[in-house]
Amino acid sequence: MGDFSIERGAADIARAVTAGSVSAADVVEAILSRVDAVDDAVGAYLTPLHDLARRTAANVDARIRTGERLPLAGVPLAVKDNMCLTGTRTTAGSKILEHWVAPYTATAVARLLHAGCVPIGKANLDEFAMGSSCENSALGVTRNPYDLVRVPGGSSGGSAAAVAALEATIALGSDTGGSIREPAAFCNLVGFKPTYGRVSRYGLIAFASSLDQIGPLTRSVEDAALTYDAMAGFDTMDATSVDREVEPSATALREDLRGLRIGLVRQFDTKLLGPEVDAAYRKAYDDLAACGAEIVEVSLPTADYGLATYYLIAPAECSSNLSRFDGVRYGLRVEAKDVQAMYEETRAAGFGPEVKRRILIGTHALSSGFYDAYYVRAQKARTLIARDFDKAFAGCDLIACPAASSPAFAFNAKSDPYSMYMMDYYTIPMSLAGLPALSVPCGWVTPPGGSVPMPLGLQLCAPQFAEPLLLGAAHAYERTTGHATQHSARVEAVSP
Amino acid sequence: MNWEAVIGIECHVELKTQTKMFCGCPNEFGAEPNTNVCPVCLGMPGALPVPNRVAIEHMVRAGLAFGAEIPAFSKFDRKNYFYPDMPKDYQISQFDMPLTSGGEVKYWLDDGTMKSCRLTRIHLEEDTGKSSHAGSGDGRIAGSEYSLVDFNRAGVPLMECVSEPEIRSSQDAVAYLTSLRETLLQLDVSDVKMEEGSLRCDANVSIRPVGATELGTKTEIKNMNSFRSVQRAIDSEIRRQIETVEAGGRVVQETRGWDEARGETHSMRSKEEAHDYRYFPDPDLVPMELQGDDIERLRAGLAELPWQRFERLTGEYGLNVKQAGQLIDNARLAEYFDRVVTASRNPQQSTNFVLGDLSRLANESGVAVADSKASPDDIAELIAMVEAKTINSKIAKTLVERMWKGDGSPKAIVEREGLSQTSDPAAVETFVDDVLAANPNIVAEYRAGKTNVAGFLVGQIMKASRGKVDPALVNTVLKRKLE
Amino acid sequence: MQSDSIDVRYVARLARIALTDEEVDRFSEQLGDLLHHVDALSELDTNIVAATAQVVESRNVTRSDERRPSLDRETVLEQAPRRQGNFFRVPRIIAE
Repeated sequence: MGDFSIERGAADIARAVTAGSVSAADVVEAILSRVDAVDDAVGAYLTPLHDLARRTAANVDARIRTGERLPLAGVPLAVKDNMCLTGTRTTAGSKILEHWVAPYTATAVARLLHAGCVPIGKANLDEFAMGSSCENSALGVTRNPYDLVRVPGGSSGGSAAAVAALEATIALGSDTGGSIREPAAFCNLVGFKPTYGRVSRYGLIAFASSLDQIGPLTRSVEDAALTYDAMAGFDTMDATSVDREVEPSATALREDLRGLRIGLVRQFDTKLLGPEVDAAYRKAYDDLAACGAEIVEVSLPTADYGLATYYLIAPAECSSNLSRFDGVRYGLRVEAKDVQAMYEETRAAGFGPEVKRRILIGTHALSSGFYDAYYVRAQKARTLIARDFDKAFAGCDLIACPAASSPAFAFNAKSDPYSMYMMDYYTIPMSLAGLPALSVPCGWVTPPGGSVPMPLGLQLCAPQFAEPLLLGAAHAYERTTGHATQHSARVEAVSP
Repeated sequence: MNWEAVIGIECHVELKTQTKMFCGCPNEFGAEPNTNVCPVCLGMPGALPVPNRVAIEHMVRAGLAFGAEIPAFSKFDRKNYFYPDMPKDYQISQFDMPLTSGGEVKYWLDDGTMKSCRLTRIHLEEDTGKSSHAGSGDGRIAGSEYSLVDFNRAGVPLMECVSEPEIRSSQDAVAYLTSLRETLLQLDVSDVKMEEGSLRCDANVSIRPVGATELGTKTEIKNMNSFRSVQRAIDSEIRRQIETVEAGGRVVQETRGWDEARGETHSMRSKEEAHDYRYFPDPDLVPMELQGDDIERLRAGLAELPWQRFERLTGEYGLNVKQAGQLIDNARLAEYFDRVVTASRNPQQSTNFVLGDLSRLANESGVAVADSKASPDDIAELIAMVEAKTINSKIAKTLVERMWKGDGSPKAIVEREGLSQTSDPAAVETFVDDVLAANPNIVAEYRAGKTNVAGFLVGQIMKASRGKVDPALVNTVLKRKLE
Repeated sequence: MQSDSIDVRYVARLARIALTDEEVDRFSEQLGDLLHHVDALSELDTNIVAATAQVVESRNVTRSDERRPSLDRETVLEQAPRRQGNFFRVPRIIAE
């Protein structure tokens, strides 16, 4: 096992395990050693799953021996801890679920296990996926593997850190307003949010049901495509999953962008990026053109209203989704004299401040007298935003923009909630319209006051269900620029 | 002053399906506590609802049966409130776009009058679990120390059927409920058993001076667990409201519980905090767009409804209300009856045999008429033989019993055993002459004016003939001979 | 649109979250600030626009009325914060 490089990608590992040149058990031992060596520093996992990983790896090897063909044979997987996996603690990063053991497995996780993945651990996240830095986790601190004084992004921060620190080959994240794309950008990864409804949400602890979508975080576009192909498609357990054939993406990867028109959004505010980051993105757009794309300007007049729309819809849905954490059937309970007091004390003790803020604002937006002014108006704004994208895509094939408003920032840098919300300024509109979007590494900048360069992510977005086009184009950009493979800094930062 | 009651009825009906509304757990009554539960109906983190197609079809069929409109677009909403037996602390229900709207329930009274009450809407939702309250002595929530929750019922499909306030008396309320219940039974969409909780109803009651058009303040009566308690509770509440107003008081809008033992309603002392349910479209579910051809397919599958049957039986066939009620209560007996009528074209005799002899035999034996060995065609054949006077009614009764035991068709029994009735006047005269000769004293009494002894003589003649002579013919011949 | 104020105590009661006075003050300020930001939506003309509750156009997604396995009762009850026999036990319910 000493000769197995933990930097190898999923496609490569699956081929090797299938060919018998390496066993899943060897792959997993190498990864577990890495976890043991670096996770104290990184803190990617809330619950490492050594035993389950070894048992699963042995099972994968046995399946391979019987001739089964597994597209992700032996690929080490980190699972964001808001997805259920039978028999494992599933916390959503919250005290209210700190000791809850899931009695069932999320469909997306089950499909990846079926495809040969080996679960390495349950990865940290902002509590109930609400946050953009992973700092809202009630159960642990996750650090950016490229600079341990910085956040890994969020909410899928543990997933991103695990893959970036080579503690997993691929990870599952969930994205409601940018929770896959932003941490991928912060950790120099590919982070892909499919079209809403493409991947089943069954077993994903809901934050905002009409926005939540599961997707992969990987070190290459090819791995993202393979992972997506293995888990996408209709699920009878999720009525919002889309019953429509999934065209494979892994076979649609392109080498250049010739013939594609890529739109830049006129209305997006670029001032919040600062000159250096803005310049890095302009360079990225030039690189797209250098790959053969025609760069055009497109108009999304309502894009600027995305954040306001999102911060009504997502909290409204979350206020209802999180009602079930009531101390009756599972999870934390604070005993009290009567059931109302028990609810109030349990939820006061179980939820952190960001979750409380969102439950309160969402309850307000749905409450009598405010429903039309807030919730309904936001749903109408959502219609306008989706319409604007439709019009924009009449003039281009893909849209390109930043994946986050800044590179990874230091811990405690965003004390005011609204400045944290602004991190998702560029990712939220796509979520509201249910569009597939991804972040792909696009270069490095040294943030003000920082000591090392930090990665940036370019966001690409496509019309609904155009995942093969989107991943194909991202692959061409990745190949041409090579940013994804520049990761020596990471390895040094977390070397034991 | 003369007062008029204004009553609206709200029913919750558990639908009859194999599985719950949004998951594959069994929908069954009486299972061991917390065994019919899964991540979905326990509201576990990450679980999602997927609607049961059959429950939606049941709703549409019920709507069609009541003549309701089936809108092209319908959706599920969340009704948010915390309660320990509601797993998600919101109930999936329907707010502004229910599966059916409008319609009416036609019902009949004991005197045969038909009435109707319009429906506001029927919507689909999920049932809650069940709490039992401990420490209060009587199992009531008031004064209890803690509660125990069983989630087997959580997520069972529940139809909520809301009537307009068009009912004017407790008798009408019960008649309304009876028709509603019979209809849902006939549609086979629910067991509609109040004792098992698959039918639960609340009544909204107010009073106003006769002739007034404005509605009075209403109270909502809960905890009625039989049709009889519905009737008693409404009567008691109407009385209470009249007494309150006539004593110069005011009726307060509130929820009142029916106390069966004490025979009165009592305030449930709800803190009158306005509910803020924060309804919004459930983002876990997609809208329903019912297609015209699906609705037509369901409409085509509807059979005759109980009120329609009532009108046919009492109008066309001349049954009385009680007889019609017997047939409406028992769908299989009604079907049997219809087959007898179709074959015999004699509703009067069909009623006599089916609701008389056959039903008596069914009661005695515990075997349903429809399962007995006497087929509707055999009964129709029997009726034809009675009509043709091949047999008399006494023999017919015997034959029904023989057919019940499986002795074959009436014709076969009669032929095999020579039971056919003698209509030959010469043969009858022989029987008459023999009896007159044997009873000279009676004959003398008759001739002396005591004509009522003729009955005795007829009896003797019938006995001598073993019932095979036509009684009408016997009367004619006897009269002629005596005078 | 509405003013930037939010009755945090009322909303917290609806949401069943006990708050300290200090939290009420802090949340009132933070959420008032957020409401001020979302008031920007009133600039959009949404009068004749339909509300989007869902971004994909699926309709009539249902399941057939077939049983699936339920959970084992012990698995369910062993996670209960408090159980009594085969039931979930909760403190006294005060009628709403």
